[in-house]
Amino acid sequence: MNALRRWLEGGLLISDGAWGTQLQARGLEPGAAPDTWNLSHPELVEAVARAYVDAGSQVILTNTFRANAIAMQGDLEAINRAGVEISRRAAASRALVFASIGPTGKMLMAGEITAQQASAAFSAQAAVLASAGADALLVETMSDIEEARLAVAAARSTGLPVVASFAFDSGKNKDRTMMGATPEAVAAAMADAGADAVGANCGVGVEYAAPICRRLHRACDLPIWIKPNAGLPTIEGAAVRYGTSAEFFASHFAALRDAGASFVGGCCGSAPEFIRALVSARCASS
Amino acid sequence: MPDLEELRKAVIEGDHKTSAAVTQEAVAEGVAPLEIVTGCLVPAMEEVGRLFECEEYFVPEMLLSARAMKASMEVVRPLLAAAGAEPAGRVVIGTVKGDLHDIGKNLVASMLEGGGFEVIDLGADVAPERFIEAAAERNANLVALSALLTVTMPAMKTTIDAFKTAGLRGKVKIMVGGAPVTRQYADSIGADGFGESATAAVALARKLVAA
Repeated sequence: MNALRRWLEGGLLISDGAWGTQLQARGLEPGAAPDTWNLSHPELVEAVARAYVDAGSQVILTNTFRANAIAMQGDLEAINRAGVEISRRAAASRALVFASIGPTGKMLMAGEITAQQASAAFSAQAAVLASAGADALLVETMSDIEEARLAVAAARSTGLPVVASFAFDSGKNKDRTMMGATPEAVAAAMADAGADAVGANCGVGVEYAAPICRRLHRACDLPIWIKPNAGLPTIEGAAVRYGTSAEFFASHFAALRDAGASFVGGCCGSAPEFIRALVSARCASS
Repeated sequence: MPDLEELRKAVIEGDHKTSAAVTQEAVAEGVAPLEIVTGCLVPAMEEVGRLFECEEYFVPEMLLSARAMKASMEVVRPLLAAAGAEPAGRVVIGTVKGDLHDIGKNLVASMLEGGGFEVIDLGADVAPERFIEAAAERNANLVALSALLTVTMPAMKTTIDAFKTAGLRGKVKIMVGGAPVTRQYADSIGADGFGESATAAVALARKLVAA
């Protein structure tokens, strides 16, 4: 049995919520890359990680979503290493650390980057995240199956368990990725690529997540990772607000579990109180 | 007579080799370049937009069609220029300062080009002064601003305000778009128009230059 299945032997695991919005609440400049704070403000990044562990997250991510050589510049090795170390300190022995690998932001099929360039960027990031002590690697917010294949292959070469998660936010039922991929196509491709779990994160809101979860679950034998947004953001004056409350979010917990989710957490706009509400919902429903 | 229906199909199906070859044939046989654009490329890209709207097409299909359209335009453009034909409008487009996302912006740029506009693409993370400089230098009548992040949306307002300060606000129409952008937000920052999608952007651009 692989490590990931072993972690799930006790049942569904609750992961964390959003980091970007939490860092902004602590003073991250709008538009600045949150990843750079691993070096400039490690104590504030650790405060976010700790808030999630304290709220009951059994899996926390790392603040390394953009830290691949195509998506951003800077001392990526130091940023990725610090990202894992910060989450490890906050998690101690209370939570697992899944290190985040986001998309390149460029399109392979439009020829903006080559497969070799993408592979090299993902491999470099994955190697640092693994050597810094991550428990697993999370390839997340993907929309292009081909790019995700490259990221999963790079992540797998470290020997760590790999989760591959896509953003389903397009199409009239909001059940396609931006590139048009369905949950079925994603599940089949990621199982074929050797991912240890497949999932959906970000997207348009928790109310869309259960049907997508069920479709991923039916289409493959892998554990399912689910991390929806707290609704879509609206702008009120200078403030950005996400419409979903922690209670509304957590009211979908049972539906997600019944749809086959093995990991449940929140994406953009969610906060530690969302995780506390999920923990309560799990207690109430078990 | 070359088969313009074949060209239309090549664009819709995203076959850039065929679209370039048929265009060359058509030009060699004396079809007016403008006829190729308005009679074939524009309606073909409108059909692509329709297929996108009704979700038969997604981003990859749109990109392939845009590439096929561009392959044809590359043949036609020098002839149009030589004949002194004016584009539907001149658009300066870019993703606003602080935002590095350019997929949506690239799609809108392609669709505008397919709609007969001359597109001056400034890329991503574009400062207000660069929009102003390009618009003045190229005598643009449209400026298109893109943002993917809620946190960079305020840079749209900063850019529009900078056009006011520079005394150029009356010379250009400004349209905005991007995943988090809403009509309400566009109105609140004084944009002239808001496009829900890349297809809507072309219709909007036509409306704005006609106004």
